[in-house]
Amino acid sequence: MSRIEGRLSELRNAGRKALVTFITAGDPNVDASVPALHALVRGGADILELGMPFSDPEAEGPSIQRSSERALAGGITLRRMFDMVAAFRTEDAATPVVLMGYLNALERTGYPEFVEQAHGAGVDGLIIVNLPPEEAQPLKQLTDRCDMNLIFMVAPTTTEERMQLIVEQAGGFVYYVSLKGVTGANHLRPDSIPDQVAALRRHTNHPIMIGFGIKDAAAARSVSRYGDGVVVGSVLVDTMADLADDPTAIPVALQNQIAEFRAALDSD
Amino acid sequence: MSNESPEQGSNAGYAVPDETGHFGRYGGRFVAETLMHALDELDDLYRELKDDPAFRDELADDLRRYVGRPTPLYFAERFTEAVGGPRIYLKREDLNHTGAHKVNNTVGQALLAKRMGKPRLIAETGAGQHGVATATVAARLGLKCDVYMGSEDIKRQSLNVYRMKLLGARVIPVTSGSRTLKDAMNEAMRDWVTNVDDTHYIIGTVAGPHPYPMMVRDFQSIIGTETRAQCLQDLGRLPDVLVACVGGGSNAIGLFYPFIADQQVRLVGVEAGGLGIETGRHAAPLAAGVPGVLHGNRTYLMEDDDGQIIETHSISAGLDYPGVGPEHSYLKDIGRAEYASVTDDEALNAFRQLTRIEGIMPALESSHALAWVQREGPAMDRDICLVINLSGRGDKDILTVAELDGIEL
Repeated sequence: MSRIEGRLSELRNAGRKALVTFITAGDPNVDASVPALHALVRGGADILELGMPFSDPEAEGPSIQRSSERALAGGITLRRMFDMVAAFRTEDAATPVVLMGYLNALERTGYPEFVEQAHGAGVDGLIIVNLPPEEAQPLKQLTDRCDMNLIFMVAPTTTEERMQLIVEQAGGFVYYVSLKGVTGANHLRPDSIPDQVAALRRHTNHPIMIGFGIKDAAAARSVSRYGDGVVVGSVLVDTMADLADDPTAIPVALQNQIAEFRAALDSD
Repeated sequence: MSNESPEQGSNAGYAVPDETGHFGRYGGRFVAETLMHALDELDDLYRELKDDPAFRDELADDLRRYVGRPTPLYFAERFTEAVGGPRIYLKREDLNHTGAHKVNNTVGQALLAKRMGKPRLIAETGAGQHGVATATVAARLGLKCDVYMGSEDIKRQSLNVYRMKLLGARVIPVTSGSRTLKDAMNEAMRDWVTNVDDTHYIIGTVAGPHPYPMMVRDFQSIIGTETRAQCLQDLGRLPDVLVACVGGGSNAIGLFYPFIADQQVRLVGVEAGGLGIETGRHAAPLAAGVPGVLHGNRTYLMEDDDGQIIETHSISAGLDYPGVGPEHSYLKDIGRAEYASVTDDEALNAFRQLTRIEGIMPALESSHALAWVQREGPAMDRDICLVINLSGRGDKDILTVAELDGIEL
């Protein structure tokens, strides 16, 4: 059982919703990320997504686009990102870490080399936004071999036929994209979610995490009822952007912010 | 015109892409899940319509009566003398309605949008030619049209920006990344993800996720199909060499495709060498890039050691793109086509020379193909017949050229 599967099964047994957080590696600078990850855990995050900055993040809204630009300007590299995860792991062996980004980093590094370095650093899963299941077999064979989860997304436009195709490949959890749009969009309509997630439930026993456009604790609470947990990203990235000139204040701010989400999820 | 449909060349034995859109290891469909169903629908509809006689008739009729096809194959006698090598013919895509080959594709895709009942078109544009061609078909069909354009390109192509606005389109400046064509494409993809239900995205080149590289190639292959028939009629034989500029590569694949099975015909794509390949300031991924994944497909890209896409440079906004259509990557690897580059200066010289001695002002994009012939032509035999795709006219570039001459208009 992977660290992700273990964590999600503990939560399910305890009747709790999972809180998944996203920040971008190296944003606003290379030194900020490891303290930020620990702060998120202290605030109540169950799974940590770490964004791999890419020059052309075509599925991201302005918040995460700019976080990528800041991180790249600040000198983030794949090597430094793996080092961050390894550094985080020296103090936290329990919290799952998922890398999220775009395929070209893996194309350039080589799939076997990338998976080996990620696994060696203590990464538990990968979400590759522009890698649909039809193209994913070569990578999945490698992640399967080291008990790393390749996590796929289901969107509001996904047909039931595609849901089946996706869940057959899915590892760890299924990421339900809660709106048609980019990350951080402003048009989340929670009432459109239940039908699609119910359809997805008919195809899989995997936990379902719901993300995109979840701006505050109240939205997280209402959306979480339909799935097994929520993903919160752009609002955390915005907090870090606001404190880019005062990075020592970032950990406390993130911890307090995510604690509100935690309290809302636990209040049901 | 030959009996072949505009969409199909005469290519027995050359069967790419496969069902899933792969040209060997290139191409494919690498997009966010939200778009997968829309791409499936588009693929299904296109496969159904491409062989539908009514659709083919409608397209052929639009190309004839609205675009003005067939375009002439013109023997450039004085340019031939000046180069001092092969007999040089120009395929006059600059004479199309809107002034470039781009409209061949937008007319076709607009018919698809109409069949799908989608009331809104979006497009990315670099030089503005594809944006103008999309705004044009949108105006004709009464569709809403938004065009994404890098803010850098808006500066250097202000004439086309105004043309699009006159045609009723909204031109949305893109200020992220390098503020050029690749960033406009990112932004168009983000729009499409958000508005996929009522919007058709007209990609302007043979890139993007499957089925775009195949579909745009098929619509553009009217260029090669006509060229083939015109050569057989005017010269009594096939040409020896075909030359076209390559940014994304739609005018080049349009010319090459119906000749791919004719192994004796040499195919030459000319990339933007910018300030010189050795300077790193260019837009020539086939010359100096590596395979990777961007904008929905696997192809040669200009990138750094971490796979970050690097900024490109070309005097020509339409060639200023770090990738290239996946079929060109495939043709390069199998050795069927060869790819070269010329610099900004070489392209400018060609622009000036053709204007002065033939009375034809070529687009700076097309000037790259002309410049390669100026450079390599003198070493060729005089009985060689060479066709250059004059993919667009140069009116849109006069501000760029005037600025280099120190003239303020």
